[in-house]
Formats: sequence, structure tokens, C-alpha cells
Amino acid sequence: MANYVGQRIKRTEDPRLIKGLAHYVDDIRLPDTLQVAFVRSVYAHARISSIDTSEALKAPGVVAIYTGKDIANKIGPVPCASALPGLKVPDYRVLAQDKIYFVGQPIAAVVAEDAYAARDALDLVTVDYEDLPAVVDVEEAAKGGTIIHESFGDNIAYKLTAGEGDIDAALAASDHVLKQRLVHQRLAPIAMEGRGVLARYFPGEEELTVWSSTQIPHLLRTQLALMIGIPENKLRVITPEVGGAFGSKLNVYAEEALLGWISMQLGKPVKWIEGRRENIQSTIHGRGQVGYVEIGCKNNGTITGLRYNVFADLGAYHQLLTPAIPTLTGLMLSGAYRIPAIQINVTGCFTNKMATDAYRGAGRPEATYVVERAMDLVAAELGMDPAEVRRKNFPAANEFPFHTATGLDYDSGNYEAALNKAQEIIDYPALRAEQKRAREEGRLLGIGISTYVEICALGPSQAMPAGGWESATVRIEPTGKVTVLTGASPHGQGQETSFAQIAADELGVDLNDVTVIHGDTGVVQYGIGTFGSRATAVGGTAVLVAIQKLKEKANKIAAHLLKADASRISFAGGRYSCAPIAVAAGASEPVMPVGEAPAGALPEADTDGKSSLTIQDVALAAHIAKDLPPDTEPGLSATYFFEPKNFTFPFGTHIVVVEIDRETGDINFLRYVAVDDCGKVINPLLVDGQIQGGIVQSIGQALYEEVVYDEQGQLITGSLMDYALPRAMHVPWLELDRTETPSPVNPLGVKGVGEAGTIGATPAIVGAIVDALSPFGVKHLDMPVKPEAVWRIINA
Amino acid sequence: MKKAISISVNGVSQQHEVEPRLLLVHYLRDVLGLTGTHIGCETSLCGACTIMLDGQAVKSCTVLAVQANGAEVTTIEGLVKNGELHPMQEGFWERHGLQCGYCTPGMIMAANQIIDRNASPSREEIRHGLEGNLCRCTGYQHIVEAVEHAAKKSTV
Repeated sequence: MANYVGQRIKRTEDPRLIKGLAHYVDDIRLPDTLQVAFVRSVYAHARISSIDTSEALKAPGVVAIYTGKDIANKIGPVPCASALPGLKVPDYRVLAQDKIYFVGQPIAAVVAEDAYAARDALDLVTVDYEDLPAVVDVEEAAKGGTIIHESFGDNIAYKLTAGEGDIDAALAASDHVLKQRLVHQRLAPIAMEGRGVLARYFPGEEELTVWSSTQIPHLLRTQLALMIGIPENKLRVITPEVGGAFGSKLNVYAEEALLGWISMQLGKPVKWIEGRRENIQSTIHGRGQVGYVEIGCKNNGTITGLRYNVFADLGAYHQLLTPAIPTLTGLMLSGAYRIPAIQINVTGCFTNKMATDAYRGAGRPEATYVVERAMDLVAAELGMDPAEVRRKNFPAANEFPFHTATGLDYDSGNYEAALNKAQEIIDYPALRAEQKRAREEGRLLGIGISTYVEICALGPSQAMPAGGWESATVRIEPTGKVTVLTGASPHGQGQETSFAQIAADELGVDLNDVTVIHGDTGVVQYGIGTFGSRATAVGGTAVLVAIQKLKEKANKIAAHLLKADASRISFAGGRYSCAPIAVAAGASEPVMPVGEAPAGALPEADTDGKSSLTIQDVALAAHIAKDLPPDTEPGLSATYFFEPKNFTFPFGTHIVVVEIDRETGDINFLRYVAVDDCGKVINPLLVDGQIQGGIVQSIGQALYEEVVYDEQGQLITGSLMDYALPRAMHVPWLELDRTETPSPVNPLGVKGVGEAGTIGATPAIVGAIVDALSPFGVKHLDMPVKPEAVWRIINA
Repeated sequence: MKKAISISVNGVSQQHEVEPRLLLVHYLRDVLGLTGTHIGCETSLCGACTIMLDGQAVKSCTVLAVQANGAEVTTIEGLVKNGELHPMQEGFWERHGLQCGYCTPGMIMAANQIIDRNASPSREEIRHGLEGNLCRCTGYQHIVEAVEHAAKKSTV
């Protein structure tokens, strides 16, 4: 039997990508396509006095211009799927109505014959603004002052308190209570491909097709149908190649609805490709929390309780999941530890900025950062090694499922094993000894540790706004080729390969005989999409179970064809037989090699007198359907919708060693060791890639990245000139290893890995910097930790 | 106002009348239909649009099509020869040097320049050679390995 699962298989999606032949939205060319460009607000908070489009309409190539009043009663509001008690939801129209709420808010859409003409015409649209004071600081927003949405009376979108245990009593009974203010700065996801939409309406068929760079083609179809008012079964959403997303395309955006609607007005294809400046202004941001942690502990290091009061900077409007992100922070505040009492108090605030929403990790990096920074504070207070404080508070491997005071049941874990392994790899005792020597020489060497746990495989439908299952259809075509249709929507993660590995193993066929199709609502059954480290754990399981269903039927047909009782039939190496037979590994025998088939008809299934049949023989027989068991449907396909019973909880240990340059404040990485446990691994090559990419995004957050608005709400990090991303020479060699604790939540045993790096890494990096600066009495530094701040501490 | 230009792209001679302001990247993508060269930033910082212009890796979003008049251009589509992947393309495939693939064509073109200039670069030299190219997915480590793979393959 083929054995692909667990191997470092190189990706089947790569050839088209490395040859430059893949199709992202902007690479799809339809005849007569018109280009759309947006007039966007240059103010953060203003009333629109007037909009004059008359000059722009006269410009060469301009076809139409739409403003807020054109769409007011035509296109429904941008949806928010979060349903928190008492949540205030502003009416978010796809083009601004009478007021502006953030820099970059779309005011008018210019449609022209080409992109240069559309861009030229933007400058001819005159918008008169009446500037209003902007609300920028989240803690100020909570106090009142200028009210962003006047009808709400204040800037507080919601308040929420959650957690179990008596936190006041727990903190009161502690030997020590430590407090710290923590800032999780706003980040821009910066997928290398920005957003893009192409829409084409056929007036005769009344069919609209929307190509969009999204993570959620089916959910987008449903929402766009509601917004535009087109029947959902007349709307097709196609997700072509997607150039990265990191949560930023897990959304329904104004431009997506508007492009679809404009195509319906004009009867022509229309395209909008987001520029990078637009992307930083008007694609969702991540993080944006200012919080206050209190942690209690005993003298021996036992944690007694944790409270986190947080102000969440939601932005001006809710995008799809904006208010829900801080609730994920609340869920993960127990970290990898036994904490008897936990409380989170969230104040979600409107500010005159773009919405925050799900960016890689989505609320969980914030939680991990809070808990891990707090554990370091405890270690420093008690003079304990940070690794030992953590170890002391781990639940043991035999205590799973482990219930937390945040109301979760962690599926499986062995936190100490991951910590031990990371400490062995880095030779922790020797490292601490080296640090001691370095300090004696006046060098600033720091060691940071993070023992994180994350919540992944989102998730049970009960806990999700719009279904937490995933779907798969698997069919074996008459020629023996295997087609997998997944409701997941991979955009770089490599599930065309990893799902093919699962299918090829389960069916005993060659990997190259399997094609995985995704991201087209006209082809694939309804699905949820790719986010929250869910695609393999939930979507991969759907593939597995669909194949198991398919094989039940194939088994019956095989027994019939082999004239044997079904109970005597066994399946191995892609072959049904009456008795087990040896088959060369990986051998798959397509029944009808391309080019050798008789023209015009399917060949007869040659099954007579055989003692065994490949599953592909069975597939052909199932399609020809001349000799099937009674009451058997022709064809060979199966669909399965997998509903997980719980989330999964991957975990791991990251240890970082930095040295700080006394002269410049520069932070240099000496070692980076990560031991991650994402359950069973389908493809180690892809898992390494996910971990590495995630860690480097964390390095970005820890050291470089920050979306900055000034006090007028102007976005002053509006291009990649000012928004600093990590580059190749900024990052160290990452030494990766794994432990493998299967999840009991799904039959594959996988937990998910897409966000581990962004969750585990930031506290380890900041912890290392703080440790390096501990001789100066430093207990905490906010991100991004810049050399200037470090230099000032050294030179204070 | 249109200007006549003549450019050799991937070995094929091209003649077009273009607006003087047309960017080379738009000429390649929109006039020639070579959409493998991508646009990622507007400010010449991401390198997704990197191509070879007369043997130099350049960002085609900072060059006007008219400036490339008379030049020889190679894009990602021009690397496959006789159906065989270029060693750098093979390196990216073998070492999982890409995830979403959007930065990849520019990354491959920039990486080729590194080993053109230095047949066996160190990891440090590879990282510095890639400083004009952003990748948001991979964390660069597999890209460094991909370039090492290609360098080894090219010197055999």
C-alpha cells in the first residue's frame, strides 16, 4: 500500500507557481473588462459636505462613477457574523454615506476602460469634508469624549466578562500579585497579493460570477447574495490562486459586493485590484489590544489566578469577526497551565481606524503573550528559572482532557515533553552558564522561553458563527483518476498535496492520480473555508471519512464482481481480493491509460474470472453499471460533512537567545529553537514551512511591525516604506523539532499548525530581550521592541 | 504621444506602440500577457516584479516600458528550457521554497542574480542577496535552502 502520509512530499501545486503560469485574480483576463478604482477618504472622521463627480465623468475612458447615494438602498451592509450579547453594530455601507469613519473608507467607485484612466479620474472627483475630531487611542475612546457613532451614545461596542473560579479570592490568597500593562500593537497582515475582485454578470442567464482572493468562497457567496439581492444559486464565487491571506481574506468586504453589483448594472466584467496603500488602509488589521494583567502566585511558584482587563481597539466598523477576536483571547488565558481562577473583562471600543479582525492567530497570540509575559514576571519576582515556573504549573500528560478555568477542555497534551526536548536541543544548563559568563564580561545575553498552547481546528459548529464543519466529496472517475472536492480553501498551505496524500494512502493509488479541487462554488459542495488552523484537522478528516464511505460501496461492488461474499473481501494496496495478496508499494493501475482507450465508448470492465480487482476496476464497473449488486446506485463517489466534537490544542516550546549590542541597541538572534506539537503530521515539509513562516511573522511583530495612526487618525505607516516587514537577513536560522501527541478529536489525529509560529514566538522573543536587559532592572517592554528603546535603557 | 518600442522578451522580439508612462511590469502583464511577473507594493520594496533586464535583476515596476526599448528581458516564463525546469525553479520546488507563490517569480529571478555573481554563496550572502524581496509566507529559510540547492546543482 502506498504510504504518503508522514512523508516529506514536495507539493503538487508548485509547478504552475514556479513557472509563473498560475492564475491569481489579476491574471484572469476577460474580454471587455472595465477597471474600478476607489476614491477613499483622506480624513479619519469627517462629514461629507458634497461630492462632485462631473469633471471625472468627462475624463477619457471613464464609464461610470458610483457614490454612496447610488447604492444606499441597493446593496446591504457589510456583514458582522459575531453575535455577542448587547453588541452595537453600526450600519456599514459599501460606500460612505454622509459621514467618514476612517482613513481609506471608500467614497466613490470610478469605472473606466483601463486602470490608468480609472486612476487618473480619481483626482478629478472633488469631495468636500467637514473635519471632525478623531478618536484614536482605545483607552480614551472608552472614556467617551467625541462619539464616533452618535446614535450609540458612547464608543463602547460591547463589554464582556468571562472565566471560572473566584478571581478576587484567588488573588487575595496569593503570596504575590504581579501587574503589568501590555500593548498588542495593531498589525497589517500584508499578504503579498492584496485583495482583488473580478465580477462578470450574464444578463441573459441572470448569473453572476465573482472571482475573489478570499479564504471563504462559500460563506462569501452566501453573504454577497444577501447583500446584492441575487439568488444564491445564481451566484458563483471562484477563488483562484490566492497570494497569501493570514486571516485578512477571511472576510466579506465592501469592494466584493460593490464589484458584483456594478457588473450587474453595466453588463460587463469589472475588475478591482487593491494597491498596497489601499491594502494597509482598508484591509483588516490584527491585534490592537491594550490590557492589564494581574497574576497571583504562591511562594513556591504555583499560579493561583489570572485576571486580564483589556481594551480592544475594534476600529470604526465591524468586519465579519471583529468583535469576536478578543473573546478568543479570553478562551486561551489559561495557557499551558493549571490556573484555578481566571477572569477576562473585555471593553470593545470603536475608534476612527480600519477594523481589526482575524490576523494569523486571531486573539490567541494576545492570550499567549499575556500568560507567558505574566509567567516571566512570576519567575523574576520569585527568582526562579522561567522554565521551572512553567514546568511547575503544567497539567501532567495523563490529566487530559484538561479542563481550564476559561471553560475549555484541552484534547491532549504533553507540555513537559516539548519543554524537555527544547531544553535538550539548546543545552539549557550550558546556555544559562554561558549567559552568566557573558554577563560577567558585560555582554547583554538574554534567553526567552514560551511554552504555548493554542486553540485550533475551529471548530464545533456550536462555537462558530456560521458552521464549524468541513466537507469533502471524493469520486473515482471512470478512467480511475481520483477527484477530491474540498470545502476548505487553501491559499499557500499546500492541501492540494496533503489531501492527496491522505486520499492516495486510503485508496492505495498513486499520488499523481489524485487531483484536489477547491475554491469554486460552482464545482465544490458547500464548505466553510480555510482559517483557524482548521483545514487539515477538519477538512482532511472529511476527505478521509468520505473515502471510507466510498470504499463501503466499492467493497460491495467488488464482492459482487468477484462472486464472493462481502465478508470475504479484503482491501489492500488499492486492490480488492478474496485473500490478501502482495502488491508493490505505490503501484496503481489505471484501468484505461490515456490515449489507449477506444474512441467513443467506455471499455467493458474486464472483471470476469479475476481473483482481485483494483479499486479503479471497481470504479469503471460502477460507472458502466451493467453488472452491479441489486439496489446499488451507479457511480462511485461519496460526500461527507465532518463536524468536530471539540477544538484541538496544539502546543510547544520556543527558546530564543538574543544578544544586544550595547553601542546601538540592536537585537541579534543567536539561537532559535522551536519544538512544536501539532498532533499527527501529514507532511513534515509543509509543517516546517508553516512553523517557519509563523515565527518570522512573530519576529515582525516583536521587532518591526506596527500600524501607526497619528492623533488626527492619519495612517502614517501607509506603505511598505513605513510599515517594516522582516526580510531574509533579519531572521535567524530556525532549529525546528517536534513531539507528536495525536488529537483524539479527529481520526487523523492532527491538530493544525498554521498559526503556531505566530502564537508561540512573540513572548519568547520579548522574554529574551527583557532577560538580556534584566541587569538594568527591566521587567517588560512593549512591542515592537526597537533599538532606540533598548539604547535608551542602556544609556539611561 | 505613443512611442514605438522594440524589446526582446524571453527571446522573442516584440514591437509595440506604448504610452510613455506605461510601466514595464504593466507592459509585460497587460500587453504581452506574461502574468507570471507580479505586483506587490507600489513602492519598489517587495521585489515581486523582479525580472532580468540586460542581465541585471531589476524591479519592473520602477522601469518604464520605453526605457526598456532595445533591451533583452527575461521573465519567469522564460526560464524553462526544452521543458526542463531551471535549477532555481527546481530548488524552490525541492526545498518547499514557496507557499502562496506570489513572491516566487521575483524571488527566483533575484536568486538567479545571486548565483550569477557568486557560484557558491554562503547562507548569509544569500540572505543579503534577497534583501530586496519580501516573502510573507515562508520565513525565508526554505528559500535560502532552495538557493543553496540551485547553487550546488549549477556548479556540478
